[in-house]
Amino acid sequence: MDLALTLVLLLLVLAVAWRFLGSYLAAVYDGRVSWLGWFERPVYRLLGVDPEREQSWQRYTGSLAVFSGVAILITYAIFRFQGSLPFNPQHLGAVPPALSWNTAVSFVTNTNWQNYAGESTMSYLSQMVGLTVQQFVSASVGIAVAIALVRGFARKGSPTIGNFWVDLIRGVIYVLIPVAFIAGIVFVGQGTVQTLAGPAVIHNPLTGLSQVILRGPVGFMETIKQLGTNGGGFFNANGAHPFEDPTALTLFLSIVLLLAIPVALTYTFGKMVGNIRQGVAVLAAMIVLFGAWTALTVYAESQPNPAVSAAHAVAQHQGNMEGKEARFGPQQTALYNAASTETSTGSVAGANDSFNPLGGLGLLAGMMMGEVSPGGVGSGLYTILLFALLAVFIGGLMIGRTPEYLGKKIQAPEVKLASFAVLVMPITVLVLTALAVSLHAGRAGPSNAGPHAFSEILYAFTSQGNNNGSAFAGLNGNTAFYNVTGSIAMLIGRFAIIVPVLALAGVLAAKHTVPEGLGTFKTDTPLFTGILISVIVIVGGLTFFPAVSLGPIIEQLSRHRLF
Amino acid sequence: MKSNLRPAIVASAILLVLCGLAYPLAGTGISQLLFPHQANGSLNRYGSTLIGQSWPVGESGPQWFQGRPDGSVLTTGPGGVIVSGTEQLGPRSKQLVEAVAKRAATLKREGIVPANDLVTYSGSLVDPDINPAAAYDQVNAIARARGLPPAALRRLVTSHIEEPQFGFLGAAYVNVLDLNVALLHVRRSAGPPSSN
Repeated sequence: MDLALTLVLLLLVLAVAWRFLGSYLAAVYDGRVSWLGWFERPVYRLLGVDPEREQSWQRYTGSLAVFSGVAILITYAIFRFQGSLPFNPQHLGAVPPALSWNTAVSFVTNTNWQNYAGESTMSYLSQMVGLTVQQFVSASVGIAVAIALVRGFARKGSPTIGNFWVDLIRGVIYVLIPVAFIAGIVFVGQGTVQTLAGPAVIHNPLTGLSQVILRGPVGFMETIKQLGTNGGGFFNANGAHPFEDPTALTLFLSIVLLLAIPVALTYTFGKMVGNIRQGVAVLAAMIVLFGAWTALTVYAESQPNPAVSAAHAVAQHQGNMEGKEARFGPQQTALYNAASTETSTGSVAGANDSFNPLGGLGLLAGMMMGEVSPGGVGSGLYTILLFALLAVFIGGLMIGRTPEYLGKKIQAPEVKLASFAVLVMPITVLVLTALAVSLHAGRAGPSNAGPHAFSEILYAFTSQGNNNGSAFAGLNGNTAFYNVTGSIAMLIGRFAIIVPVLALAGVLAAKHTVPEGLGTFKTDTPLFTGILISVIVIVGGLTFFPAVSLGPIIEQLSRHRLF
Repeated sequence: MKSNLRPAIVASAILLVLCGLAYPLAGTGISQLLFPHQANGSLNRYGSTLIGQSWPVGESGPQWFQGRPDGSVLTTGPGGVIVSGTEQLGPRSKQLVEAVAKRAATLKREGIVPANDLVTYSGSLVDPDINPAAAYDQVNAIARARGLPPAALRRLVTSHIEEPQFGFLGAAYVNVLDLNVALLHVRRSAGPPSSN
């Protein structure tokens, strides 16, 4: 009952975000919003960029690549030098090179995979200037790429797809900072800490024991972590930590924040291509997939934990409480973790590793289907549009007609680019997982045994290849092997998809539209949504089913067996 | 490449100052102004109501309500640092079975009925709360150890139940620190004073 009310409220709030945040986003990227013009104009002057001059897809990609490269280097340097920099009350030393590299790549690619424990590794400066900055920037880059692709569909015979620098800055100042700031105040009001004062040491006279309470500038990082579908928390326990998510209200608001932009972008898409129903068709596919994986996970976590049952010690009326917080309970923890995994956020309100086998499968499935339900900020929309191109292509094959999408003929170059971008992720994930289980260095990672150990490795690469960042955290990823292979997965998962997407944007923008005919397959109908879902499920299912069988499925079927 | 280098470096610098300094520092300022208690960690003289701590069990049995395990991890001397969320055992892990069985046996020895919340790790390892059922299950043992009437303790637990927010968000829980501080005021004969 409580869960039902939570879901109803969530749907209502998201419907409002879809309509109003969606149209606001369209206005921001069309340049119709200018209340921060006084700040924007001097910024472009300093950059030496003319905001009125748009870029071809090649130049847009070049700017994005150079900017991301610089971001990785700066972030890396901050971690390496944090020992000599201010805002370091715990006197933490430099982060080791391999870990710094992995973490810099992780935050620049919007993954937020964390091979470290925040509270004992990162100074306040690294958390703010290293991590929080990239949580804004990588999110803005993701949205920019999605908008560029949408412009490709919306424009006719255009040599350009927008200006990267303008899209980058506008996303940060008009959308991300205002929303994250207001939400930050609410979070701190609920109990999230936000201080630079360093750890507190308290001697409890009742027990005679002393306690070190670690604090930091957490609250305002927390909100951009969710809003930008980043997921990298201040503390190792992430959203399960009471200083990140102190109450069920912050748990709920976190779910709202991480779903808001990916959902709203489908409205933005519809608005920019001149037909809201096109956005609704895509959103419907997202909702169906989201509902399926979330329901599986929530159901699984309402069940008892098999290991706790095997100890024959307690009744488990609440469900699986292992790795979960008392104030949240299993169901709403499962909802949070599922929503976060489905948006490539990867934040957790409880330990994913301790989820029941089917619960873990629900989390994995959302990632393996390409992170499109609804996916990360920007990346969710551009990835599902790739699947939409494949869907019209397959539809076209069935009736023997050149496919069209949004008035553009979809021909060989478009289908090649889309297929390449869709296949990059599964190939990366499966090859690296196979490598890890074949090598001693890879098998040394998991802390659990049996099929769960395989799941931990598979989950790690699936998460990094999808720029998700959530973890079956039993895996010790802070080794040379996992730091390096993980960074490869994250870089490929991000940029080997962004580049073909921007190329696609350029190719499409240059095309003229063809008038809709009698034989045109309509893409704003439930039939199209159905085909789109089928394509996503078939691509993801065929590529990953064998791997999943060796992990969560075996684990679920092994009744009465322990590992 | 070269034409992109200047905007890339300048944009990085501007965004670093804006998102990495101005944003969190303005946030810290406004938080300290509006919600100083929360922003600094909801501290009182016994600890933080948001961070679990261990409540040692004496010779005569448990004097205090116990929270989520593992209490011994939670309290260390100054300089000892607790890394949150480090216990991650799979749902069919033999280690987990052993750990749960061991904790349940210890609780039984102390006269406490093992409850789900008392044998499973929390997600953070610093969960400050327990399910109300897990608190009721401890009442008899604590009443015995302190020589208090169980009915008074049961009323104390009832008065400390936090219902789900707005009636449906999250789960009902009892804050262990608040409950133990309130325990100080329960008299041997009378019931607890009106809840604070």
